[in-house]
Amino acid sequence: MSQSSPRRLQPAPSVTPGPRAKSGETPILAVEKLTLAFGGTVAFEAIDLSVQPGEIHAVIGPNGAGKSSLINAISGLYAPQSGSVSIGEARFTRIPAGRLAALGVARTFQNLALFNGLSVFDNVLSGLAGAQRAGLAAQWLGLPHARREAQVHRERAAEAIARLGIGEVAHRPVGTLPFGVQKRAELARALVARPRLLLLDEPMAGMTATEKAEMSRFIREAREDLGCAIVLIEHDIGVVMRLSDRVTVLDHGRRIAQGTPAEVQADPAVVAAYLGVEGDPESEAA
Amino acid sequence: MNPELSFFVEVVVGGLLSGVMYALVAIGFVLIYKTSGVLNFAQGAMVLFAALTFVSLVEWGLPFPAALIATLAVMVVVGLAVERAVLRPLVNQPPITLFMATLGVAYVIEGAAQLVWGTQVHGLDLGIDDTPLEFGGVLVSRFDLFAAAVAGLMVALLTLFFRYTRTGLAFRAVADDPLAALSIGLRLPRIWSAVWIASGIVALVAGLLWGARLGVQFSLSLVVLKALPVLVLGGFDSIAGAIVAGLIVGAAEKLAEVYLGPFIGGGIEGWIAYVAALALLLIRPSGLLGQRSVERA
Amino acid sequence: MSTALDLPAKPRDLSGPVGIALLLALAFGLVPLTASDYLFEAILTPFLALALAGLGLNLLTGYAGLLSLGSSAFMAVGAYAAFNLSLRVPGLPLPVSILGAGLVAAAAGLVAGLPSLRLKGFYLAVSTLAAQFFVAWALNRIGWLSNDSPSGVINAPRLVVAGQSFEDARGRYLFSLAIVSFLTFATGRLVNSPTGRNLVAIRDSEVAARIVGVKVARTKLLAFALSCFIVGIAGVLWAFAYLRTVEPAGFNLDRSFQILFIVIIGGLGTLRGAFLGAGFIVVLPLVLSRLGAALLGDSFDSGTLEMVQRIVLGALIVIVLIREPAGLSALLHRTARRLRLSA
Repeated sequence: MSQSSPRRLQPAPSVTPGPRAKSGETPILAVEKLTLAFGGTVAFEAIDLSVQPGEIHAVIGPNGAGKSSLINAISGLYAPQSGSVSIGEARFTRIPAGRLAALGVARTFQNLALFNGLSVFDNVLSGLAGAQRAGLAAQWLGLPHARREAQVHRERAAEAIARLGIGEVAHRPVGTLPFGVQKRAELARALVARPRLLLLDEPMAGMTATEKAEMSRFIREAREDLGCAIVLIEHDIGVVMRLSDRVTVLDHGRRIAQGTPAEVQADPAVVAAYLGVEGDPESEAA
Repeated sequence: MNPELSFFVEVVVGGLLSGVMYALVAIGFVLIYKTSGVLNFAQGAMVLFAALTFVSLVEWGLPFPAALIATLAVMVVVGLAVERAVLRPLVNQPPITLFMATLGVAYVIEGAAQLVWGTQVHGLDLGIDDTPLEFGGVLVSRFDLFAAAVAGLMVALLTLFFRYTRTGLAFRAVADDPLAALSIGLRLPRIWSAVWIASGIVALVAGLLWGARLGVQFSLSLVVLKALPVLVLGGFDSIAGAIVAGLIVGAAEKLAEVYLGPFIGGGIEGWIAYVAALALLLIRPSGLLGQRSVERA
Repeated sequence: MSTALDLPAKPRDLSGPVGIALLLALAFGLVPLTASDYLFEAILTPFLALALAGLGLNLLTGYAGLLSLGSSAFMAVGAYAAFNLSLRVPGLPLPVSILGAGLVAAAAGLVAGLPSLRLKGFYLAVSTLAAQFFVAWALNRIGWLSNDSPSGVINAPRLVVAGQSFEDARGRYLFSLAIVSFLTFATGRLVNSPTGRNLVAIRDSEVAARIVGVKVARTKLLAFALSCFIVGIAGVLWAFAYLRTVEPAGFNLDRSFQILFIVIIGGLGTLRGAFLGAGFIVVLPLVLSRLGAALLGDSFDSGTLEMVQRIVLGALIVIVLIREPAGLSALLHRTARRLRLSA
């Protein structure tokens, strides 16, 4: 199980050298001075975050640090009070969630948000909802362009499903499947749209070490095949160190460090923050 | 006071007073919604059942207080039975399922009430004469005042109950966060039972007041339809919201009936409250007192 | 149609082409030859109209997850629109006026669906009651809509299509059957299309649907419009093919609940659920009255029957919800599978 515990923050052996950005390139995601509060409670404050195309960027921090809130704000589910989020050239304070797909952003959810009444296959197909062009009448009448589109989408969905190794259960209702399989189905739904930016909120929560290794492989492959940038929230420090190009550390809604895994591990503020949660079982599991 | 103005005030006061009666029915919904997330459509059937039971007992010759106590006992049993037999087996089901179950319960209670006590209209006399009182040229129905006072008392009692008793405090904890309440060892089933009993009692009070006003008959169960726009406006989970919205709906309805009715035809009280509630929500999506969420979920 | 990669084939269920062909042959071929007028008038025609209404509501509530308590208002809109189209546009072919009625009902549904962009769940359900009460009021108050007949009563026009009369009991059944079959087929194609998938996506997780690019607002309004189109045509059948004479009070809240019950008992989110539920709702009172008369004799009057019906119906709904939340449709599915396994 445990290869690297958070208290021995050593340089991880196998950091994939990501296609690091040449300086001057437009980041795919730029978060500037973003602040979010609910009522009087500040979720996070003045967060800066910049992710280059093709980069895997992990966001870590103790429970309640504001990681999920940050992802939700980036995907337009929460309305930040100030600051901005830029996806490529488009700049927003609050991104309309309905435009995410068109902007080339896909995401998964910490506690899953699958369409439980649909099969795995249909869930993945609906990941292409933003790419549907044929109108209702064309679909209904089975006009050639609608049929062609449907066929192309089915092929893409089948491909994504096969790639994540869930072909066996493709036609089962997704709600009846084990948690780990559902996590994969949700990742397939996000990948099928071939996003430029993928937001993963704890993709490996509750998984065994083997499942985590597989999931890590899927994430790496997604980056290699699609060239997409990935923002990843993960509690397992070992996974984070091996998978990510850069890491942002949040604590109590503030960014306390940012850099390569090695830099972050050496950062005294990070060590202090993690020492503070020594007993936290979630950061213990590796 | 000039007669037009005093007529206007009369309309508003009459509306506000009947609004209190709407609020009374709405509170029955709120109690259950807050603790179990169910929109209890059977609330109206419970109002009918309570009033019908009470009237029939009085007609059998039972003295007023005895009939009241007997009906109270019956309502407690009904509330408990519904909670135990219907809601508890459906725990963890989606809210839409629970709602439909209460629709089924409404049918059973309405059918049973009329099967047992008959379908004829009963008069209900609470001994309050309905001669109007005059306040500075404004006529106010004595009965409406009495009803508003009873409803106010009811609200006060509920408030005291929830603020100062153990079960009441537990209720509030459950309403705020059921999971947390469960984890600190509050026993949900007991609270649910308590809440269903309470809403049975509220139904009894509402049934007596509405029954005295409209006559005790099937249409009494339709008072839910008066309470629903109040709930939409005030929020399903706010007692204070139910009261404020009840007053607004009551006054708006009477005003519309008197001043708008002649232009677009009478009988608009059936839908004007709904339209008013929706219009207000479009302006203020979070409702009157809602703070929790922007969208009404 | 097979997918490119080697996923296992999608399993076929009961409603395969053979089963449907058999059903259609039975309904169009055998039943008209053998059934009595009583069967047509008291059971089959109302069954078809209610099943169609259930189908329409199921599209909205079962597939898109938007609860409506005002279905019968849209039945009324359909019925009165068809009445007015036939009355005021001389020579308009009946199918066109029925189509027009569907479109009018769809437009009404679109308006009634507007709150769904802001409200959710019960707040939305309650807002659909506004349509219920407003329509009843308008039909009673605006004389023009019922051609100034007292208390809004309307009589059906003659059911003639291309010179062929469908006036007798069997004709009205076949007329309804043809419309219901076509609309069921059409709905089937819809729910299996990408748009149908989007409806379910909104039902199961509106947030995720929005994120993957489903146009949530547009799709919700589409669901209201399509659902009310179908429900409106069901109203035409109810008024023209079944009752022949209707008044606004026939489309009251109880009727809306009846349609909701059809959908719940039959099975939310299934096409056949509407038919199973409607069959159940139509047959139940007949069974109860026979049973009551047999057991209790003359003391079982119609008033008692109505109350007993209410109680039994209410109790059945509760039982179905507790025992079989997916409705008769799921029960049928399981039974069929068990039969197939044991065969």
